[in-house]
Amino acid sequence: MSRAETSRLRQIKANLERRALILDSIRAFFKKEGFLEVETPLLVPQAAPEQFIAPFAVNGWFLSTSPEMHMKRLLAAGYGNVFQITHCFRKGERGQLHNPEFTMLEWYRVEADYMGIIKDTERLVLAVANELGLGSTMRYKGEDIDLARPWPRTTVSKVFRKAAGWDPVLRLDPERFDLDLVDKVIPGLSKNRPTVLMDYPAANASMARLKPGDRKVAERAEVFIGGLELANAYSELTDAAELEKRFRNVIEETDEGELHRPLPRRFLKSVADLPACGGIALGVDRLVMLLCDAAFIDEVVAFPQEMA
Amino acid sequence: MSIEISEVSRNTKLLIDGVPFAVEDVNFVKPGKGRAIYRIKMRNLFDGVGREITYHSGDRVEEVSITAHDMQHLYEEGDHFVLMDTESYEQHHVSKNLLGNKAQFLKESMIVSAIMMGNRVIGIDMPKFVELRVVESAVSTRTDTVTAQMKAVKLETGATVNVPTFVKEGDTLKVDTRTGTYVERVTKK
Repeated sequence: MSRAETSRLRQIKANLERRALILDSIRAFFKKEGFLEVETPLLVPQAAPEQFIAPFAVNGWFLSTSPEMHMKRLLAAGYGNVFQITHCFRKGERGQLHNPEFTMLEWYRVEADYMGIIKDTERLVLAVANELGLGSTMRYKGEDIDLARPWPRTTVSKVFRKAAGWDPVLRLDPERFDLDLVDKVIPGLSKNRPTVLMDYPAANASMARLKPGDRKVAERAEVFIGGLELANAYSELTDAAELEKRFRNVIEETDEGELHRPLPRRFLKSVADLPACGGIALGVDRLVMLLCDAAFIDEVVAFPQEMA
Repeated sequence: MSIEISEVSRNTKLLIDGVPFAVEDVNFVKPGKGRAIYRIKMRNLFDGVGREITYHSGDRVEEVSITAHDMQHLYEEGDHFVLMDTESYEQHHVSKNLLGNKAQFLKESMIVSAIMMGNRVIGIDMPKFVELRVVESAVSTRTDTVTAQMKAVKLETGATVNVPTFVKEGDTLKVDTRTGTYVERVTKK
């Protein structure tokens, strides 16, 4: 083993030990809540059609970018509340907060909507922090963060009008949305409290249902802590026709060249039986970063891409 | 060659509006469901000025190959130097302007490092120090102040430098090409 590798792995050992404790307490939390832990395949015939998430292609198959579609097939079969901790693969995503292979925690609660799922998230993060002996306050990048429930909620429309001077719900400029989100909105979020950013423009609904009574927005919420995008929750869309329409739009808009993107038919077929539910994907590496006060994902992953 | 922005990494050389840049840092940011944003810090290889440009996933940029070659100075021709690649023996005409003030210290048969973009020389790295012979020891100049301790001498390349009064015609001097100043007299064999 090279000296550089030994020294690096020794340096992050305390973080990886803490990571193991975090995984234990996540599992303990969901088992206590009566969730079933499930496993779904990493090698899949289709990845979920998402405009800005590119799968790795392997011999005509794909590495899973998210366990969402398979977990929903279990839900459609009547499995009830399920959770999973798994690896996801997203091509080209490498940076301070990204590794192309990363760990995702995903859970679905039957009969919950997106805000019910956010309540799960608040309790989960507090339970994990408590297990680590942190109580309800953690320190990240020199700031104390108060994790006490309920976390402040705000809407995409409100924060954009305040921080960027326009309302993407009224009229969406897709190019500007992501740039302003990263440059203006996220840096303006509270440094001492988590923020729940809710009600995304309908065009950014992905697999979330539109809000009953206000179809300009989707029932989608994201959790930000210490400037990190931690999790993304939906009231799950259970309308198969609407979902297929969205998938077809994505496939049309995405110029994938040699990467042919077939429609995930088995999943679409199961959606008719999907019960009303809410779900969320939470970046485990990001949670570990927060709880280890780590600025880089490489500090909480033993073998990131360049060192694998 | 056109490449995807996701393929750009530190030390990639990019051609932007005809100007070569060296990438110094790539900052990748991406909202989970959103577009990838690449903030690329780069340095202009002509004037050394840094800049940052923001790209989105799917954007394409022009990569250029920038290489360094050892070249020997063969002769001068008007406002050009004729250099020869010491490996391929290819000859290149290089404008004296490219060397700026350093041009006056480029001696025949001297080896320099030529920075090439494709087949074009875009920069010359001179050695930091060169040794040049004094051909005229009492030169009057308009710009340089001749003090009691210093005088101006003319070197074999035509350059004029201020030196201590003990320097004589025929001496070989070490000159700093970055500042254009005398460093020391090189001991004769």
